Amino acid sequence: MIAFLVQTLRIAVPYLFAAAGGIVSERAGIIALTLEGFMLTGAFCAALGSYYSGSAWVGIVAGLAGGLVAALLHALATIRYRADQVVVGIAMNLLAVGVTRFFLRLAFDSSSNSPRVPGFGGTDVDSAVLASLANPLVWLGIITMAVVAWLLYRTPFGLRVRAAGEKPEAAVSVGVPVKRVRWLAVAVSGMCAALAGAYLALDQHQFTDGMTAGRGFIALAAVIFGKWDPKRVTVACVLFAAAETMQIRLQSLQIVPSQFVEMIPYLLTIVALAGVVGRAAQPAALGKAVD
Amino acid sequence: MTSRRGSADERRDRMRVRIEESVLPPLVALAIAAVVGDVLILIFGQSPGEVYRQLLEGTWGNAYGFGQVIYKATTLTFTGLAVAIGIRAGLFNIGAEGQLASGGFLAALVGLALPAGTPGIIAILLCLVAAAAGGGVVGAIPGALKARFGASEVIVTIMLNFIVLALLNYIVAAHVHVAETLHTPEIRAGSMPRLGDVSARFAGSAANTTFLFALVAAVGVWWYLFRTRQGYELRAVGLQPDAAEYGGVRVGSVWAKAMIVSGALAGLGGVNYVLGYKHYYEEGFGTGSGFLGIAVALVGRNHPVGVVIAALLFATLSQGGLAVNALVPKQMVDVLTAVVIIAVATSVPEVRRALASARRARGTGGREPDSAPSEGLISNPGPSSQFPVTDSGS
Repeated sequence: MIAFLVQTLRIAVPYLFAAAGGIVSERAGIIALTLEGFMLTGAFCAALGSYYSGSAWVGIVAGLAGGLVAALLHALATIRYRADQVVVGIAMNLLAVGVTRFFLRLAFDSSSNSPRVPGFGGTDVDSAVLASLANPLVWLGIITMAVVAWLLYRTPFGLRVRAAGEKPEAAVSVGVPVKRVRWLAVAVSGMCAALAGAYLALDQHQFTDGMTAGRGFIALAAVIFGKWDPKRVTVACVLFAAAETMQIRLQSLQIVPSQFVEMIPYLLTIVALAGVVGRAAQPAALGKAVD
Repeated sequence: MTSRRGSADERRDRMRVRIEESVLPPLVALAIAAVVGDVLILIFGQSPGEVYRQLLEGTWGNAYGFGQVIYKATTLTFTGLAVAIGIRAGLFNIGAEGQLASGGFLAALVGLALPAGTPGIIAILLCLVAAAAGGGVVGAIPGALKARFGASEVIVTIMLNFIVLALLNYIVAAHVHVAETLHTPEIRAGSMPRLGDVSARFAGSAANTTFLFALVAAVGVWWYLFRTRQGYELRAVGLQPDAAEYGGVRVGSVWAKAMIVSGALAGLGGVNYVLGYKHYYEEGFGTGSGFLGIAVALVGRNHPVGVVIAALLFATLSQGGLAVNALVPKQMVDVLTAVVIIAVATSVPEVRRALASARRARGTGGREPDSAPSEGLISNPGPSSQFPVTDSGS
């Protein structure tokens, strides 16, 4: 039972990080299609930083920096130049795939993975439970969502973020610097998603090509299924992670084909969007540019 | 006499404005991509001139490379048309990935089910219908959800990609795969002739007669969009859904129809691989082509002619990446593709603004940016109406 919970937690951590970023971005009115790309960038930069410095902590910082740069590029195109958020979002994901592969070849002369890099937990700790408890990113992942909830509902910045996502024109007219708030929100989302990626790379002690494997989209699914509310999104993340854990544990029994378990987050999101279990109302100005 | 000359001038002026606005952003984007490409090549310690020369030589310089470009452009034409028709209706179909796979899968199933002796034309037609149906069904879901519940088709199509691919993987793995592989058995009927069968110079390349169908599809989409009542309604909904509704168009049903047609077009793209190349459905055969379709539609400015040209461009890049892989990692072209998309999306509004202010300075035909939506048929009037999904409303 404890093993099950710990495994669920380990799978949920990247979802929590990325979904926290997704909430901030979407609540500010910027569609979070880019989580996947930010995550991949973060994972690669974390592996790179950890490899060259020999310290996983430097890896985290490098991952954060990578996610931040990617996020600023996204913000530049969509906020400064008002380019379409969906188009640029899709392109950012393609860009992350291309850039990480290119620099994987350049830095490590490999098209599939980096060499082993310093990370958290691992060989010297036998038990997965202990390894997880010793991984600071696991704790940070749990805290991040709480911080985001506090930020959104208890701080002036959070109020401005919500105003930017719901009624940007009104916010502008009362002096809220909506564009700057959105820049900040995208930067935060980039760094949160990058932490998700850094967690993956440092947990597995290497970067592998495409290692995020759609997790950024599962995080987005959690944001939508959780109706953009930190508490509900946390529940969604844990739910999706528990389903995956269940599938991994029951694999040998062949009760449900793994492909059907994979579908769960996506199916639930569509169901939520169709309003079957209460209407999922997105931030009113989501995807809308501001002059 | 003077007045007729005047109106002809005016028409020519408007034409020039349209052409400038639709052609300039892709050119600006290509220039930016070329610069980024130079930087990447230099980082890798190679000479940009040499890399670009080999890229061209490996694609348009010999029959095999050219055949590969045609093959890749065929799939991209279908997915590009699919995305373009969606955008014309104001919908963003990001599900071409799943629709393509689903179309290819159904075409393979029909090809498997037909007896070996089925006359080629009948078999091919049946497979085409199956492919269109496979993609159309997947497209119909987001269309219906959008029309009925207003569910964002962007999110639904993304989520459906994962669902459809997982479902197909399951069906193939559990029921119809050849042992030890991830693909179905070869089809018994319905295969398209390869170009290599016609001319030995194309031997070995994947190019096949499906490209003719892609051209037919492009003409068909042009006819549908610009010469039929339904196409007119579709464009009206894309430009101004509220106005179209007021004008008596049933917006929901137009959306649903557009997504079905869009999905069917993407589904037909699966034929290129399944009937034309490998003759079986394989897991992940079209990976990336759906997303590239977005790039194709964007650079092709959502016009069928532009889509065909853009498909050739991206096919050249993709094949060219393989041609230069010995010098620089082929992943360079993935980066360049993304750069082109971002640059086009960013430069469309910028170029329009710059052109408008230049015209105002010259004092000729000073058309305001973002004006009269009815003029924006080739080059839509602004990012807001090009993708009404994300209408700025300001």
